[in-house]
Amino acid sequence: MQLQLEYFLLSGAALFCLGIYGLITSRNAVRVLMSIELLLNAVNLNLMGFSNFLDPSGIKGQVFAIFVITIAAAEAAVGLAIILAIYRNRDTIDMEQFNLLKW
Amino acid sequence: MNLAAGVQLVCFFVLTGMMLTAAVGVVLLENIVYSAFLLAVVFLSISGLYILLNADFVAAAQILIYVGAVNVLIIFAIMLVNKQENFANIPKRWIRKVATGLVCFSIFALLTTMILITPWSLDATSPAVIDNTVIELAKHLFSDFLLPFELASVLLLMAMVGAIILARRDLIPETTTSPLTLPERPRELASVSTKSTED
Repeated sequence: MQLQLEYFLLSGAALFCLGIYGLITSRNAVRVLMSIELLLNAVNLNLMGFSNFLDPSGIKGQVFAIFVITIAAAEAAVGLAIILAIYRNRDTIDMEQFNLLKW
Repeated sequence: MNLAAGVQLVCFFVLTGMMLTAAVGVVLLENIVYSAFLLAVVFLSISGLYILLNADFVAAAQILIYVGAVNVLIIFAIMLVNKQENFANIPKRWIRKVATGLVCFSIFALLTTMILITPWSLDATSPAVIDNTVIELAKHLFSDFLLPFELASVLLLMAMVGAIILARRDLIPETTTSPLTLPERPRELASVSTKSTED
């Protein structure tokens, strides 16, 4: 019995669904950012699995994973800055209170 | 990877169990500081999975960037918005949670069936694994992925400038600034001082 591609894809899918659940249900804005990081990592796991099992000689999936990691770092910095600004504005980090755009 | 197949399998299941348990903790725990530290556990186990997938450089980059930078950034943000806040109860909230859980479970079921019924075109022969991934990655980054690579550097610069501009406090124009004081002041102090001058 060997490591299969399906194992990595399944664990990536499970991590992705957990991330979506946290993204939608959590009320703390910082936890929403953490859920986004979970989502990006799940996608990265998929990319790395494909890179190892389907394209092991020219590792393009790893290059994509590096780009995703770069974008994720930039996104985390900007997202946390936005959370800080909105916390100064509204004096709360409850996602239910951020309803300025609600019609 | 030179490990035996059984060892690889055991490592995979241990790492996946750690990853999923910690991810459940990140999503569900009440205390957000515990969530932040469990997020580091998630990142570390994912890096272990990368090593199982013969990607040593990306595993190292994962630890350096995620655990070293992103997680520390998140912990700093938790400290900066340090507010013990009891969220007001919202009626019918459990309906939303149950609906979200149902939707997520159906997405997972869909993905699982798709993964299992798709015939992945794997070649039966064990492929030649390149032993030095750094050289191969550098070749890719500087030949066919050169434009995205340079764009990523521009994007990082933009993100850095944008984060600083978004997160800094407002500048307070002051007529009598002695050279030893900082040109910016926290907003609470500013509002207090303007109030006192109005009085």
